[in-house]
Amino acid sequence: MTRPASGDNRSLAIEARGLVKRFDDTLAVDGVDIEVPEGAIYGILGPNGAGKTTTLRMLLGIIDPDQGVRRIFGNDRPHEVAKLIGYLPEERGLYPAMKCDEAIAFMGALRGLSLAEGRARGRELLERHGLGHAVDRQIRQLSKGMAQTVQLLGTLVHRPRLVVFDEPFSGLDAINQGKLEVMIRALADDGTTVIFSTHVIHHAERLCDDVAIIAGGKVPYAGSVDVARDRIPAQVRLETRSGDGPWRAALPDTARHDAKAGGSHFWYFPVPETGIEALLKPLIDGEAGILSLSIERAGLHDAFVEIAGEAAARALAEETAAGASR
Amino acid sequence: MTDTTRLSRLEAARVVARRDFHAILFSRAFLFFLLGPLFPIVIGALAGGIGGQVQRDANTRLVAVAMSEADTAAMRDAQARLAPQIGSALPELAATDSSAAPETILREPGRNYVAVVSGSLGRPEITAPADAIERWRGPIAILVAEASASDSRSYPEITANPVATSIAAQRSDRIRTAQAGQLLLFLLMMLLAGMVLSNLVEEKANKVIEVLAAAIPMDAVFLGKLAAMLGVSLVGIAVWGAVGSAIALLAGNALPQLPEPALGWPLFATLGLLYFAMGYLLLGSLFLTIGGMAATVREVQTLSMPVTMAQLLVFFLAASSITRPGSPLELFAAIFPLSSPFAMLARAAQSDALWPHALALAWQALCVLVFVRVGATIFRRRVMKSGKGGRAIRGHVGGTTSA
Repeated sequence: MTRPASGDNRSLAIEARGLVKRFDDTLAVDGVDIEVPEGAIYGILGPNGAGKTTTLRMLLGIIDPDQGVRRIFGNDRPHEVAKLIGYLPEERGLYPAMKCDEAIAFMGALRGLSLAEGRARGRELLERHGLGHAVDRQIRQLSKGMAQTVQLLGTLVHRPRLVVFDEPFSGLDAINQGKLEVMIRALADDGTTVIFSTHVIHHAERLCDDVAIIAGGKVPYAGSVDVARDRIPAQVRLETRSGDGPWRAALPDTARHDAKAGGSHFWYFPVPETGIEALLKPLIDGEAGILSLSIERAGLHDAFVEIAGEAAARALAEETAAGASR
Repeated sequence: MTDTTRLSRLEAARVVARRDFHAILFSRAFLFFLLGPLFPIVIGALAGGIGGQVQRDANTRLVAVAMSEADTAAMRDAQARLAPQIGSALPELAATDSSAAPETILREPGRNYVAVVSGSLGRPEITAPADAIERWRGPIAILVAEASASDSRSYPEITANPVATSIAAQRSDRIRTAQAGQLLLFLLMMLLAGMVLSNLVEEKANKVIEVLAAAIPMDAVFLGKLAAMLGVSLVGIAVWGAVGSAIALLAGNALPQLPEPALGWPLFATLGLLYFAMGYLLLGSLFLTIGGMAATVREVQTLSMPVTMAQLLVFFLAASSITRPGSPLELFAAIFPLSSPFAMLARAAQSDALWPHALALAWQALCVLVFVRVGATIFRRRVMKSGKGGRAIRGHVGGTTSA
């Protein structure tokens, strides 16, 4: 388990130590440790069945862990701080006969907001998010995307300090995914802590300060995205016109070669200890024909493969592809 | 933590109850629910009418007299003299052809004789199936004796001294009231408790349950739902009561009158309402737990069947203990939570002691809380097992079985 590397002194919105959850003879979560600083955007990244939802449910007090402790804003009984939390479950659900503003107000009332205040805020939120025309419409009359937006607004209507999203991007088209990303960033800018689970690496990479990588109920890494990426050394990406010549001796033996149809050649290898400048002279003198040269930092996907293993990464990629085709 | 960071259990239950109450009350389903009892009443009345007609047809008292004209006339005179004294214990008589064989008369199409009396007043004979002979031999012997008597007997006028009641009559009457009270309670509970089930199944189908479970404690969700259902039930009972009272007023004395219970009608009705509430909450919390564990309506029906059957047994237990107040069986029925409301309502009809009711109501309320808490715990343990992607599968990812 890697410690969080945020390195700041912010107090923790969420702190979980050694969470274990077993369902009959199935070990769903096996010793999960998580620390989420206040105001952070935190991702729980892993394939389906990894234990993301169970972990979130334990953090929220929907189910109790068999072992371990979890604290939300320092309180080990999450329902005690329910007014400070907003939760959007993966399985979206609203009462079909309710009107939009009533649905939002009801969700607010569950978190301590008066119905009148909830209705007023609901109307304002609907207006702000382009659903002003649907205020008096019943949920059953809305499209799936609109209903999801209503539930999202209901999650935020009481202005929580911590927002928990379980797979918030699933089922959304690209435009609404973009809108949700903007909304998550805006929440964080306002000081709200956001934690979400996802099996799509790009969302975590684009949004999160910190991530927990979860696979098989365990968290092999929890910490900053940058630190995760730094676990894999940066590599040089060289593009040349020539495919061979005396300049090849300057490249390490381990360099991976990839010839492209257009005639250019790509070479990938770790950044030499002597630095990249030492490479330039033999390449120029040897007439390699440099087309491009860059140092590439590892992505979160590479870090995920390194941390969680090929099998988990493959599962993640398959789910992402399946999600995109839906 | 201060109370500004959460709703109390009661506040949370109120939020759920208010939503459910309004949603159900203003739904079309509630109208059908109100009309629900109409169907069994109409069907019952129809079945009762048809059954009564069948019974009347089957229970004819017509006996054929296949005797000489003089003997037949004497028999009819005797029947006319004795009828005011004995009434329906005597058969009705019809003269038939004395030359026909009794077996033939009994088989005559379009006739409905239960027996045939033939022979003479000196040597009467009765021909009928064995059970009819058993039933009518005595009354016919009395008729023949009266018909054969040479002098006309007179029957003295007996002075009647009616009293309001006797201990035996009062006890018998109150047992009737107790039985009626128990039956009404049982029917109402069975009719209404099913609503709780369908409500929770609907909740799960709407997938709202996780939103609720994340925001407030599960037992507050259960309490809120039970309270809403109880409220809806009371509205239903008020409507049915008003309609029933109107019918009773219109029908005047045509409806059967129940004897006054030991505690008097106002207190008995109040206790009836309280026991209904407790019984409903107890049964409702059981159904709610079952509804929570089931994923589909079919599963709900399968799981709820044993509870319904058990409730029937509990009702029989309470019903059978009515005639034995103070017996171990009655005591058990009064203590066992699910039968307690029935047994105690029967007590209210038969005994004027109040303290057992206070004790029983407190005990039942405690049991409701325990049932709700246990139900909520089971719900949380058994239902919220996995997310959309991982349905509590047994597989290995990264060396660990995963959910």
